[in-house]
Amino acid sequence: MSPTQWDFPVELCCRPMAFVTLTGLDVVYNAVHRAVWDAFCANRRADRVPISFKVLPGDHEYPKCRPKRTSYEWYIPKGILKTGWMNKHLNLVPALVVVFYELDWDEPQWKEKQSECATRVEIVRQSLQGRNTKVAVVLIQKKTPLPPGEDVTASERAAALCNACELSGKSLFVLPHTDHLVGYIIRLENAFYEHAQTYYYTEIRRVKSHKEFLNKTTHQLLFVRHQFKIAFFSELKQDTQNALKNYRTAYNLVHELRAHETNILEIKTMAGFINYKASVTYPNPDPLETQTGVLDFYGQRSWRQGILSFDLSDPEKEKVGILAIQLKERSVVHSEIIITLLSNAVAQFKKYKCPRMKSHLMVQMGEEYYYAKDYTKALKLLDYVMCDYRSEGWWTLLTSILTTALKCSYLMAQLKDYITYSLELLGRASTLKDDQKSRIEKNLINVLMNESPDPEPDCDVLAVKTAQKLWSDRVSLAGSGVFTIGVQDFVPFVQCKAKFHAPSFHVDVPVRFDIYLKADCPHPIRFSKLCVSFNNQEYNQFCVIEEATKASEVLENLTQGKMCLVPGKTRKFLFKFVAKTEDVGKKIEITSVDLVLGHETGRCVVLNWQGGGGDAASSQEALQASRSFKRRPKLPDNELHWDSIVIQASTMIISRVPNISVHLRHDPPALTNEMYCLVVTVESHEKTRIRDVKLTAGLKPGQDANLTQKTHVSLHGTELCDESYPALLTDIPVGDLHPGEQLEKMLYVRCGTVGSRMFLVYVSYLINTTIEDKEIVCKCHKDETVTIETVFPFDVAVKFVSTKFEHLERVYADIPFLLMTDLLSASPWALTIVSSELQLAPSMTPVDQLESQVDKVVLQTGESASECFCLQCPSVGNVEGGVATGHYIISWKRTSAMGNVPVISTAVTLPHVIVENIPLHVNADLPSFGRVRESLPVRYHLQNKTSLVQDVEISVEPSDAFMFSGLKQIRLRILPGTEQEMLYNFYPLMAGYQQLPSLNVNLLRFPHFTNQLLRRFIPTSIFVKPQGRLVDDTSIAAA
Amino acid sequence: MAVCVAVIAKENYPLYIRSIPTENELKFHYMVHTSLDVVDEKISAMGKALVDQRELYLGLLYPTEDYKVYGYVTNSKVKFVMVVDSSNTALRDNEIRSMFRKLHNSYTDVMCNPFYNPGDRIQSRAFDSMVTSMMIQVLSRAPCCRAGEALWA
Repeated sequence: MSPTQWDFPVELCCRPMAFVTLTGLDVVYNAVHRAVWDAFCANRRADRVPISFKVLPGDHEYPKCRPKRTSYEWYIPKGILKTGWMNKHLNLVPALVVVFYELDWDEPQWKEKQSECATRVEIVRQSLQGRNTKVAVVLIQKKTPLPPGEDVTASERAAALCNACELSGKSLFVLPHTDHLVGYIIRLENAFYEHAQTYYYTEIRRVKSHKEFLNKTTHQLLFVRHQFKIAFFSELKQDTQNALKNYRTAYNLVHELRAHETNILEIKTMAGFINYKASVTYPNPDPLETQTGVLDFYGQRSWRQGILSFDLSDPEKEKVGILAIQLKERSVVHSEIIITLLSNAVAQFKKYKCPRMKSHLMVQMGEEYYYAKDYTKALKLLDYVMCDYRSEGWWTLLTSILTTALKCSYLMAQLKDYITYSLELLGRASTLKDDQKSRIEKNLINVLMNESPDPEPDCDVLAVKTAQKLWSDRVSLAGSGVFTIGVQDFVPFVQCKAKFHAPSFHVDVPVRFDIYLKADCPHPIRFSKLCVSFNNQEYNQFCVIEEATKASEVLENLTQGKMCLVPGKTRKFLFKFVAKTEDVGKKIEITSVDLVLGHETGRCVVLNWQGGGGDAASSQEALQASRSFKRRPKLPDNELHWDSIVIQASTMIISRVPNISVHLRHDPPALTNEMYCLVVTVESHEKTRIRDVKLTAGLKPGQDANLTQKTHVSLHGTELCDESYPALLTDIPVGDLHPGEQLEKMLYVRCGTVGSRMFLVYVSYLINTTIEDKEIVCKCHKDETVTIETVFPFDVAVKFVSTKFEHLERVYADIPFLLMTDLLSASPWALTIVSSELQLAPSMTPVDQLESQVDKVVLQTGESASECFCLQCPSVGNVEGGVATGHYIISWKRTSAMGNVPVISTAVTLPHVIVENIPLHVNADLPSFGRVRESLPVRYHLQNKTSLVQDVEISVEPSDAFMFSGLKQIRLRILPGTEQEMLYNFYPLMAGYQQLPSLNVNLLRFPHFTNQLLRRFIPTSIFVKPQGRLVDDTSIAAA
Repeated sequence: MAVCVAVIAKENYPLYIRSIPTENELKFHYMVHTSLDVVDEKISAMGKALVDQRELYLGLLYPTEDYKVYGYVTNSKVKFVMVVDSSNTALRDNEIRSMFRKLHNSYTDVMCNPFYNPGDRIQSRAFDSMVTSMMIQVLSRAPCCRAGEALWA
C-alpha cells in the first residue's frame, strides 16, 4: 500500500470537462492541421468553453460498450463504484467525435471525396457501436465561403454530403483556412460544446431510466452508484447545481447502506469521495495530482474484491492480508500525519472560540509528539495547556497530562521540569493512587540527593536507556544547582499559610507571626530551611529556620525533628522580631515564603510562595471552607484545622500606647471674636522621665476650609489675634516631664464666625523602653478632640421712632427723630459692656450729644441694655434703599475675664432709613404741663418746606377741658421757606391728662397732607395739674 | 441509557462525574470538558433578556462517532452533561429530557441537604444510586436494541 493511499484519486479531484475527440488531423506532418490543433489547444482560458480535446486517429478503437441489461432482477452488484468508471468518461469515451476532412465546395473530384468522407464517418460510427456519442464533420476549406444562400453549389453539395454521411445539417461544419482561424475555431468549439451537453444529457436520462428496475434489498449499492453517476455526468455537463444536488442525494443514500466491519471502509471511502465532490463542486473543482489506485472498487480490500458476503470465506487469507497491511502501515509515520491534522483542528477550534476543545486537541498533539519521541515539543504543548485544566479544576485531566509530562521530562532528564511535575503529582490536586505517589516521592528524594530516579512506567525501552545515561551524566555534574520554583501557579504537595497574630502591633512589643506548613505526599518529608521575606528586607534575617543537616540524613529521622513535615499534619512555626521605630505607621508585608527541600550544598529545590502562601487551588478551597457550616472534629491541643487558618500576610506597626493624661478645661460656648481660653493639662503616668514633650493644638484639620480662615489660635491671651495667626499651632515645645508631674498650658482661640468647631490637642513625647533586651526610643502621642460651639454674645435691635416715641417707617427731612438700640445678652455668662459708640454716617447729624448711656453695664443672660439718640437727616432727594445711618460699636468682655484680657469691639451696622420730604412742618411750643385755671400759652410754628407759596386753612376745634383764645379759624398764605407763628392761650378747666383743642391744618395744594400726619409732630394732649393749695401768694392773688 | 453522567459547577469544575467502568474514564472526562465549550456558547447565545423563559434543556451538544453528548443548565448555571451511546437509537429527545429532569430533581435534593456545602463535590448515596439506575438501564435495554436491529436487517 502506498503512503498516498489515503489521498483522493486524480480522477476524483480533477475538474470534469466534456470530452471531445478530434479525428482526421495529421498534427505531425500537416502544417494546416497543426495550426488548427494549436488553435484548439492554445489559450484555453476561462472564457473558452470547458472541453477536453484529444486528437485520435480516425480508426481509433473506443472502449466497447457492454450489452445493455434488460433486467436487473438477477443482477447483484459487487461494489459501489468501479475504479475505472470516472476515468473512462473523462478520458476514454467521448461525448463527440469530430471528423476533419479537407474538401472545398468546388472540388473537381467531388463524388470520390464525398464517399471517402462518408467512409470515415462510418468507421467512427462502427467503433462507437452502442454508445450515444455524437459525430460531427468539419470540412477544412482553402477558400473563404460566400455568405449563405449565394453559393448555390455549396448548399446543394452540403445537403448531398449530409445525406451520404447520415448527418443532420447541424453536425456539418466548414472551417475556412484563412486569417481568422481562431475566431472560426471558437465558433466551432461552442457548437461542439452544445453537442457534448446534449450527449451528457441523454446519458443522465439513460442512467435515470435504470432506476425503476432496482429494488431496495438487493440493489442498495446501485442506488448510490447511479446517483453518483448522474451527479458526475451533470458535472461533465457543467451543471453544478444539479451535480451538487445529486451528490447530496448520493451521500444520503450512502448513509442508508448497511454497514458491517467488512465493508465499512468501502462505505467510508465512498462517503468521503462524495463528500469531497459535494464540497468542491461548488464553485470549482480543485485538481490534485496523485497516483491512481489499482483497485476495482474503492475501499475494498485487495484480497477480497467484489465479495459482498459478510462471512469471511478464507480466514487464513484474511489474516495474512491484515498482517500485510499492518506491515505496510508500520512504514507510515502516522504521528506526523496525525499531528498535522491535529494542528489544523487546533487552528479551527481556536478560530471558532472553543478553548476547551482546543486544549484537548493540544493534549492529544502533545501525546502524539510523545509517541513520536519528540519530547521537547510534547512538553511545550502539555505545559501550555496545563494551566487551563488547573484553573478550571479538572484534576483528573490535569493528573493525566502531568503524568505524560513527567515521562517526557524524565526521558529528557530535565531536572527542573521533573521536579516541578513531581511536586504537583504528589500534591492534593493529583488523583494518583498512593503507590504511584510513593514511587514519585521516592524518585524526587533521589533526585534531591543527586541520584538518578527510577524510570517512569510504560516508557519506550530504548528511550529509557538514553534517559538513564542522561541522568547519570547529570549526577556526575554534582552540585548542579538550586532550583527555585514559584508555586503560586500550581498545586504543590506542600501547602503554606502565613498569619500575623494581629492586624497591628505596637512598636514596643515584638511582631509575631506563624508559618503553617502541611504536606500532602504519602511519606514524611524533611526540609532544610524555611525563610520569610518582607517588604522591609531588614527583617528577613530574623525569620529563618535552618538546620545543619548532611545530605545523607534526609531519609533518617523522618518522623522527628522540627524540620520534618508529616503528611496530613499541620505544622506551625512561630517567628518574632522587633519592628523598627522608623516603621511606625507603615505596613509590614510578607512578600514571599521559601521552603528549601534538599540541601543547598548538593541539589535543592526552593519552593517559593509569593505573599503569605497559597497556590492555584487554595483560594477556591478557602471560599468553600468559609461557606461551610460543618463542625470540624476536635483536634488535640496545639493542632489546627488547615481550612480554619486564614492567611494574614501583612500587619501595621503602630506607635506605643501613651501613658499620659490630657485634660481640657474651658467655659463653653465661645463667644464670637472673644479670646476663648482653653486650659490644657498634661500629666505623665509613665514610669520614667518623658522627653521632648510637644503640644499641637488648634482647629482640627480636615474641616470646612472657611473655618480655617475664621479661627485663630494664640498662646497669649493679652492681645487680640488678627488674621495673621494660624488656626493650628504645631509642635510647641513644652519640655520634659518626670513621672507623676503635670503641666498646664493656656491656649486662646478666637472664632470669627458662629457654629461648632472641632479642636484638637495632640501631645507627643519620646520615651526610652526595652523590649527583647533591646533599647528603643519610642515616640508616643495622645490626642484629645473637643467640639466647641461659638455663639453671638448678644443680639442688637435698632428702631427709629419719632420724638413722640411713635414708630417710624420713614423719617422726614430736617425733622428730628430718635434712634433706639436694644442690646439683648445671649451669652450664658455675664457680660460687661465696657462702652458703646455711635458712628454716624455723613448724612446724619446728631441733634444733641452722642454719649454712651450704657458704660460699665453688666448684663446677665437674657438682660438687655437700651440707648436712645436724637438724630436729624437733611433732605437727600429720592435715594433707592434709603440712607445709611452708620455703625453702632459695642466694646465688651466677659465679666469673669481678668483685667488683662482685651476688650472686644463688636460693630453693628445700623439699618438704612428712608427719608421723605414734608410740605409743611408744624411744631408746637408749649410747657410740659398745665395747671387748672392758669393760662397755658401755646405757640404753633408752621414752616413752609416747599418752594411754593402755601395756602393754609387753619382751624382749632374746641375741647371740653379748655377754654382758649386765639384765631379759631383762619386762612393764610405762607411764603416759601418762611415760618408762620400762631399763638393761642389755653385755659385748662379740668385736671388730669387732657386732650388739647386740636389744630387742623389743611393745605390746599397738598390734599394728602392730613391731620393724621400732623398729629405726629404736635402733642395732642397735656397733663393738667390741679389747682395747688400750698402755692405762693402771687398765685393766689392771680386766682 | 447513559454511559457518562456529569454535574459541573457554575465555575466549570466537576462536582460529580461518573462513567461506565468498562471504558476509559479519562476519555469521558475529556468529552464532558470539551462539551462545556458548546454549553458556554449556547448560554451566551440565549442572552440575558430571556433568562426567565429559557429552557434548561440544551439538547444535543455534539455527536461523535460513538457517542452523543447532551446538555442541561440549571438557573444557577450548574450544568448537567450526559453522554449516550450513539448506537442506542431507542433514546429519543423526550427520554433524554426526562432523564435530565430526574437528574435535576436528585441534584436539588442534594442541595437541600443542610450538611452539603454548595460547591463541594457531590458525595451522596441517593444521588449515586439514581445515576447508577440511569446507567444500568443501558445494560438491561441493550439486548433489546440488538434484537430490534436484527429485525430491521
